[in-house]
Amino acid sequence: MTYFIDRRLNPKGKSLANRQRFLRRARAQIREAVQKSLKDSGVADVAKGRKVRISTQGTKEPRFRLDPKKGGKRDFVLPGNKDFVPGDQIKKPQAGQSGGSGKDAATSGDAEDDFEFTMREDEILDIFFEDLELPNLVRTALSEVPSQSWKRAGITTAGAPTQINLLRTMRNSFGRRLALRRPTLADIKALEEEIAVLEASGAAAEAGGPEKLAALRMELERLNARRKWVAFIDPVDVRFNAFTEQPVPTSNAVMFCLMDVSGSMGEREKDLAKRFFVLLHLFLKRRYEKVDIVFIRHTHDAQEVDEQTFFYSRQSGGTIVSTALEKMLEIQKERYTTSDWNIYAAQASDGYTQSGDAKRCVELLENELMPICQYYAYIEILDEREMEVFSSEEAGAELWRAYRMVAENWKNFATKRIAKPSDIFPVFHDLFKKQEAV
Amino acid sequence: MEAMSAPLFTETEWTFQALDRVLKAVEEIAIDDLKLDVYPNQIEIISTEQMLDAYSAMGMPLMYNHWSFGKLFAREDALYRAGHIGLAYEMVINSNPCISYLLEENSMTMQTIVIAHAAFGHNHFFKNNYLFQQWTNAESILEYLAFAKRYIAACEERYGHAEVEAVLDSAHALMDQGVFRYCRPPRPSRARLMEKQRKRMEHAEEDYSELWRTLPAGAEPPPPDRERWDLDEDEFGSVPKLPEENLLYFLEKFSPSLKSWQRETLRIVRHLAQYFYPQRQTKLMNEGAATFVHHTIMNTLYDKGLLTEGAIFEFLASHTAVVFQPDFDDPRYSSINPYALGFAMMSDIKRISEQPADEDRAWFPSFAGNGDWRDVLKDAWANYRDESFIEQFLSPKLMRDFKLFALSDDAEAPVVTVSAIHDEAGYRRLRSTLARQYDVGETDPNIQVTGANLKGNRKLFIEHRMHRGVPLNAQIKAQVMPHIERLWGHEVALEEIAAE
Repeated sequence: MTYFIDRRLNPKGKSLANRQRFLRRARAQIREAVQKSLKDSGVADVAKGRKVRISTQGTKEPRFRLDPKKGGKRDFVLPGNKDFVPGDQIKKPQAGQSGGSGKDAATSGDAEDDFEFTMREDEILDIFFEDLELPNLVRTALSEVPSQSWKRAGITTAGAPTQINLLRTMRNSFGRRLALRRPTLADIKALEEEIAVLEASGAAAEAGGPEKLAALRMELERLNARRKWVAFIDPVDVRFNAFTEQPVPTSNAVMFCLMDVSGSMGEREKDLAKRFFVLLHLFLKRRYEKVDIVFIRHTHDAQEVDEQTFFYSRQSGGTIVSTALEKMLEIQKERYTTSDWNIYAAQASDGYTQSGDAKRCVELLENELMPICQYYAYIEILDEREMEVFSSEEAGAELWRAYRMVAENWKNFATKRIAKPSDIFPVFHDLFKKQEAV
Repeated sequence: MEAMSAPLFTETEWTFQALDRVLKAVEEIAIDDLKLDVYPNQIEIISTEQMLDAYSAMGMPLMYNHWSFGKLFAREDALYRAGHIGLAYEMVINSNPCISYLLEENSMTMQTIVIAHAAFGHNHFFKNNYLFQQWTNAESILEYLAFAKRYIAACEERYGHAEVEAVLDSAHALMDQGVFRYCRPPRPSRARLMEKQRKRMEHAEEDYSELWRTLPAGAEPPPPDRERWDLDEDEFGSVPKLPEENLLYFLEKFSPSLKSWQRETLRIVRHLAQYFYPQRQTKLMNEGAATFVHHTIMNTLYDKGLLTEGAIFEFLASHTAVVFQPDFDDPRYSSINPYALGFAMMSDIKRISEQPADEDRAWFPSFAGNGDWRDVLKDAWANYRDESFIEQFLSPKLMRDFKLFALSDDAEAPVVTVSAIHDEAGYRRLRSTLARQYDVGETDPNIQVTGANLKGNRKLFIEHRMHRGVPLNAQIKAQVMPHIERLWGHEVALEEIAAE
């Protein structure tokens, strides 16, 4: 008695536990690798696309394997001999090229059995940012006009002429012509030649000549007729690429990056700030298609700048932080209405501002900015010594203390400190890790 | 049976009723015509993701958890999504009852093919081939896997993920050296096997007893009252049989530093390795047999009018793709396709049995022209493995069809030399060379434990007897050695010596 069992309704994701274990092992190294590159490379390089090598020490599955290239003799058999005879000598391919003998199948099926393998930048960033997200992202969809994206959905028999799939159409047409035995031009030509030869040589003279000629002519007519009614391409052959529409609900977000480039921020501080923003920038680009990023830098006054200027150019001056907040408000009112956009902000500063300015900042935040922001992150960049001095959450520079008060009133306001490059990622992670669904 | 009957199905989508009709029809041909001998079938319908799950669990419906399976799943998943691989449309397990998986996305024709291929072709092979009979126990494998999964999960809970992972990592690294190749381990009777398993499960539960869990940390439960390896000098002198090829077995029984749960873990891994060992040695025959069975059954169904033209066309398209063999200089070439060569050999045997040419009579006097191809094939499937099968049954005609040629490669030389081609002078040499490629004795490194200085510095001595001077890959060797050392607990020396 044979049984059919429908297992499709069984719980899926048996491999989930295994995948998680694997990712756990791999992730640690990827994080390390990116951390390292954040520390070592210039600000510019981190953002550029490049290969990052990580050791697969933790995720290798080594098994003893023979190495015939290193020594010894072996014999093997291949199919598809063209013109070799015994005794022929074939040059071995250089190391690195794949020879005609095909590749050895490694036991674990990996081609990357060496100590390191390269991952593309976007793969790394994917894993890197996997458990991070912009918090409180509200889908502010204008439900009348959701945006559409087109996705390929195979082949269909009807469609617009621009979507014709030539390869399949011709393939079908060829098959149909073969099956219906449509005479080729070559056949026709051959027959015509035969007739011409026969005519030229004076067919009437030979015995059976005229009949043969008549028969050939009839055959030619038949073939030509057949060529007419078996079309070269028939509507039945034609195939088109198919697409389906997939609605994409809009969730627009805009991230305001506010950076303090005043004199009190030394090179080191500016560097740390830049690195933080680079990471943020990468995160947003990777994870969200529709995110606008507004770069504002300030000294004693604030300007909106483009990405290039924000990251690369130098500037210095006094410090009035509130100018940046005012600028942000200005831009927001002008271009990003709250009904359509989720508003986020990240501010980096060393915490020292003109006296009295901290109060103004708090005012602006409490009254104008926090009500419209989904999330506001403040990063204070400190000296390593200062980090020790200000070890508790309460103590800090002027701006920090002022912001603590805002943090108490607003849940979506976060403050964090950075003293060295290795702090950047953990802080970033803390700020943007996935929240449990509320 | 009437000559013309209604087709079994006309729609592309499969239904359970159609599957049932097809099963009965296929079974009739398999049992009455081909006279196959199969385990009872259990056919399961699964989704794509479940198929990927199965791939990553070595094809078994149950498996203990390990990150390497996660890595495999991630890889296969990524490859599948990117369209680089198609999923096997069938998967089948050597067990009793024999479990075959049908993908839910298959068309009705494909399901018919899979049923013929897996539920009857592979099924018969698993049940009748001598290697499987000798080395695997189809009745108990699933139960054993259930035990293994529970046991390892219990160990993880008790001793921590990291510890268990460490042992499994090392055990997996040595899995290829965890099989008995030549001497059969004593086979306990079924009753004794069940008793052993029951005892082990009891111990697993004992070790994991509720009482000990509530003790404050640091309190050591008394050692389990069961066989524990004793570092008794007298005992050691007489027990291990050296040289020992099964590294995992040796480490399990004689490592001075493993705890009993770790030994049990090694035992689990090597039992799995042993279970899969015959499959590596019979890949060609197994696939060839199953392909031949499905090809015969599909054509017979068509001749009886039970398949529509559409169905048989779909079958032919799929079958052709499966048995396609690219030439060595074709960019698609990767190796000799076992489906291609296997199927070709089975069909060839049938041809030689029914309509031999003179050449065939000279080469295969024992069965050429006897017309009895069913018995010839079944005898081959039962009593040969890939290496001996090729040595015995590969015909000159097939060597010509595939245009096989043999190359001789000396690592020192800058060239490879053609040593034989498909001509009169070369057939025998070509056949022997090809047969040896399927001999795991040649393709696997010959690694054995030769001694252990247990009374002194506890150093373990392992030897690799190089076959024809081919050494182990040095980089990989450097990665595997720490695993052996971890399991042994002391220094390990691996020497590579020339065998001849």
